[in-house]
Amino acid sequence: MIRLSVQTRQALSRLTLPVLFTLSFCVMLIGKADTVLVDQARIGLGDVLGPLYTMAARPLADMRATLSDASSLWSMRTETARLRAEVAQLRQWQSVALALDEENRRLKAQLAWIPEPAASFVTARVVADDGGLYARAVLLAVGPHHGVRRGEVALDGAGLVGRVTEVGTRTARVLLITDLNSRIPVQIEGGGGRAILVGTNGPRPRLLYWSDAAPSEGARVVTSGEANAFPPNLPIGTIHWTASHVPEIVPAADLGQLEIVRLFDYRLGGDAAPEGKPEAKPVGKPAG
Amino acid sequence: MVEIGPTPAIRPRPTIGGRLDGVARSCVPVVLTLILVLVAGAPLGLPGQAALRPALALICVFHWSLTRPATMPGIAVFAIGVLCDLLGWLPIGVGAVTLLIARVAALRLRPALAGHGLGLAWFAFVCVAVVVGAATWVLVSVLSLRVLPAGPLLLSTLFAAALHPSLALLFGFPGRDAAAERA
Repeated sequence: MIRLSVQTRQALSRLTLPVLFTLSFCVMLIGKADTVLVDQARIGLGDVLGPLYTMAARPLADMRATLSDASSLWSMRTETARLRAEVAQLRQWQSVALALDEENRRLKAQLAWIPEPAASFVTARVVADDGGLYARAVLLAVGPHHGVRRGEVALDGAGLVGRVTEVGTRTARVLLITDLNSRIPVQIEGGGGRAILVGTNGPRPRLLYWSDAAPSEGARVVTSGEANAFPPNLPIGTIHWTASHVPEIVPAADLGQLEIVRLFDYRLGGDAAPEGKPEAKPVGKPAG
Repeated sequence: MVEIGPTPAIRPRPTIGGRLDGVARSCVPVVLTLILVLVAGAPLGLPGQAALRPALALICVFHWSLTRPATMPGIAVFAIGVLCDLLGWLPIGVGAVTLLIARVAALRLRPALAGHGLGLAWFAFVCVAVVVGAATWVLVSVLSLRVLPAGPLLLSTLFAAALHPSLALLFGFPGRDAAAERA
């Protein structure tokens, strides 16, 4: 160790904090000037931490499952009764859906309908909550030789989760529909017209700029194919009017407890830039 | 009464084991902070989890700067702040500035708080957390060129205020011998 006199050491220690403050403001300016560099640093950090989080993900999921099992034991009787009723109702719906599917196929055959190509998908585990105070996102472990591209659509078993905004060497980041910067063109089912779904950072995104009459409570909301950012008719959720008369969407996907999501590659030619960041260039891909 | 300083003038040469022990001890605060910051990003499924990371970082930096400032040097505070910004997708540098503010406050308050127990330290911490929350909100809003909702920061400040006493006790809060340590 270098031996310094007491005076030098005191002078140095007095200097440290001002220097660090200056450095912080410099970093701030650099971050503002070169967003690509910072995003690369973030996704690089995600790549480094990804394996660590992957190791921890399985025990964590097991622990959560055990906890929820324990808590569900209490309500087992009522839950069983509820499920029986729901199964009976769903059986009816299933027969309706099968009949409609058959009818749809017949009509399409009569119209010489060009079928849409089936989208390819990969399934990935959510390993980390990659959000922050003003961001709602998750980090997926996609393995070293993945073919995941930016702009791919993420869905869980029930509905739309978000879009891939950054791709690293072994991780991908999905911006959730609840993020502050998320803007999604949607279609309100039942003749409700079109609208824009706006993330608020809270658990329920809001509906803005609806075209026709005010959307009704409980109406289903699906993606619209406008701007070619999303394929049409992906389920998002249902409308709920708050006490302060703001239409919110209750997402169909379980965004609070995401474990596994599917990334669909629809090969859409639309705007592949992440929501709210149209100026950002591709990250994690070789230039040119 | 003759006062005996913490470091006697003549002392035996520290052994390698002793020195390693010293290094390990001085690393504990920073390593513990890093572990907590990373664990806060795991998918725990807790409500309001996004507000947890800044709260934990603030508690750690303030606590160690107050009790053992030598083990939480400024450069480590800066690094923890930048790491939090990168992980939490905040404009980079905001966490560094605000955690450094917390460190400066802790160092200034150190003489006044020494030997007064956890209650006063908690009160001081809450005041610092409010200032840090406000500074974060102003910086983030200025850097993203729009007025952002203050809700998430309020939640983070609440988390920090609620978690501080238990974490401070867990990390070891000096009691009555704090004044002796200060000497």
